[in-house]
Amino acid sequence: MDYPTLIAILDSTLRLATPLLLACLAGLYSERSGVVDIGLEGKMLMAAMASGVVAYLTGNVWAGVGAAIGASILFSMIHGLASITFRGNQLISGVALNFLASGLTVLIAQALFHQGGRTPALSGNARFSTITLPFEAEIRQVPILGPLYSDVLSGHSILVYVALLAVPVTWWVLYRTRFGLRLRAVGENPESVDTAGISVVGMRYGALVITGLLCGLAGAYMSTGLQAGFGREMIAGRGYIALAALIFANWHPWRALGATMLFGFLQALALRPDVLSNFGLSVPDAFLDALPYVLTVIVLAGVVGKPTPPKAGGQPYVKER
Amino acid sequence: MKKLPLWADLVLVPLISIVLAALISALVILAIGGDPVEAVSVMFEGALGSPYGWGYTLYYTTSFIFTGLAVTVAYHASQFNIGAEGQAQLGGLGVALVCLALPWPHWALALPAAMVGAALFGAAWAAIPAWLAAKRGSHIVITTIMFNYIAYSLLQYLLVTVLRPAGQMDPATARFPSGASLPTFHDIPGLSGIFSPSVPANISFFVAIIACVAVWVLLWKTRLGYQIRAFGKNEQAADYAGISRTKVIVISMLISGALAGLMSINNVMGEAERLLQNSAEGAGFIGIAVALMGRNHPLGVFLAAFLFGFLYQGGAEMGLWTDIPIELRLLLQGLVVLFTGALDEMVRMMITPFFRRKEAR
Repeated sequence: MDYPTLIAILDSTLRLATPLLLACLAGLYSERSGVVDIGLEGKMLMAAMASGVVAYLTGNVWAGVGAAIGASILFSMIHGLASITFRGNQLISGVALNFLASGLTVLIAQALFHQGGRTPALSGNARFSTITLPFEAEIRQVPILGPLYSDVLSGHSILVYVALLAVPVTWWVLYRTRFGLRLRAVGENPESVDTAGISVVGMRYGALVITGLLCGLAGAYMSTGLQAGFGREMIAGRGYIALAALIFANWHPWRALGATMLFGFLQALALRPDVLSNFGLSVPDAFLDALPYVLTVIVLAGVVGKPTPPKAGGQPYVKER
Repeated sequence: MKKLPLWADLVLVPLISIVLAALISALVILAIGGDPVEAVSVMFEGALGSPYGWGYTLYYTTSFIFTGLAVTVAYHASQFNIGAEGQAQLGGLGVALVCLALPWPHWALALPAAMVGAALFGAAWAAIPAWLAAKRGSHIVITTIMFNYIAYSLLQYLLVTVLRPAGQMDPATARFPSGASLPTFHDIPGLSGIFSPSVPANISFFVAIIACVAVWVLLWKTRLGYQIRAFGKNEQAADYAGISRTKVIVISMLISGALAGLMSINNVMGEAERLLQNSAEGAGFIGIAVALMGRNHPLGVFLAAFLFGFLYQGGAEMGLWTDIPIELRLLLQGLVVLFTGALDEMVRMMITPFFRRKEAR
């Protein structure tokens, strides 16, 4: 594999990893607060549909992003209602929301546009334009490192940079703020948080709002950045890959970046069958598709270090009387 | 909070859940400019208005009974098996390998062999998540989701490169020999006058009913069933009673996977007569809704599977004859799972006051 090919693959890695990263961080907030969320997929799907519809109708991509965040937070709140307020089964609620999203998105898109559940193709201001980083032309001249900056890092839509920025921000929020301390505590030992006079319910709902926001951005990126418009089932399992990445990352923001980049790289590699065959390797596409899931199972098996999920994850909090 | 009477918990809560789901769906139909009354009448007409409709409704019912039972058995051991979809696809592989291995002379020989193949492959696909859950504490929900995707990739690979006969374009196995063809309702004496040759409902329907009885016997009339239920209710108490955690998790998941795999005698052997990609078509996920709606009891599963069979066939007809997209089925499915599985406490709260008032008098 020559250097330009590697650069091209790394470039698409960053693009493909962005929705995974946003969704993975979304799941991180929810799960760190003790609410297991397998409804990432459904929230992304709703967000992708909402942003595709609104961006097309208004011609403004930011209106689309707003709608995406709204739709995603709405779903997050249903999850909260079921799993926090009514102390229902968080896993079942997530599964239900994924089904709901699969149905609702097509119903709405079909009712509005009659194009088989798609939204019309977005163009102009209804899509994100790419951003050229400063000194892109000058740095390009630097050997080896130049293309890394100019071709891989530069030239993406703003949501890619938002996603990258969300990693240090999440780390800072989680480990350097009072909110983060309480968030982690409520996922590990909600009784202690309750004893300290902080509302467990409030903390968890707060975390779910952030989850909704980030899933909204992930979905919006799918239909306005990565692709031009919404298509049925366009998330195609990315919500579950993000969940896998979250486990792979052991619920840690920096490792989430690494895990999603790895899974993004695998997806980028699957799009370039010529590369592996040049190495004399005949790897079936299906194998590359399955690799993130296989890796996650290996991690779950505890072969490479034991995963340590938040202790109170999945259990509704019941105040003792 | 006061406990509801048992009958209310078993009958009223699921009924109210389905009414709520139907009401919300009706509102959605109105919002997208459809006519809910027309939708319901098309669904009834299409699913139950003719022998043809019944033939499809009962065909879907058969698949959903198997996956519903699969989720039920695991649920009693407090394992949430979301992997029925992948297990059913692997079961299809088992059926295909058995059916293609020999020039079967008669279905009565092919069916038991195919059932063994389906059950073994389905159980094998559940075995690794089960073992990891029992021994390494890996969360069964996550591993079974992962195995659904791995199953999809595996079958994609096998159907494109290994099992596809030379010269065939679409990724599927060769057609099964005619000796492995199951009798449909049209071929069954007594029913042949009612059903036309085109209906897909086949003899697997009766296998599914037998499976319901077998699961009931297993769970409520055997030592193993008692151990499964005891473990599911209270892990620690079961441990003190000398019930092995590993044994219960692994065996209940193997049975669950086998039941999910058995579904493929209906769709792969009975209908398609060859193995196609994505053969389970979401039936594994519907099993979750069926089990929750059926309150994890074989009789409930049978009734809920019939309800979803009706929704599936009716929804298909609705998608064909009205402007309402077929995806309304997914919406209904999601709402039923949400209300019966996650918001059941809310439904209980809704009806508790009525029972309290009655007692006060």
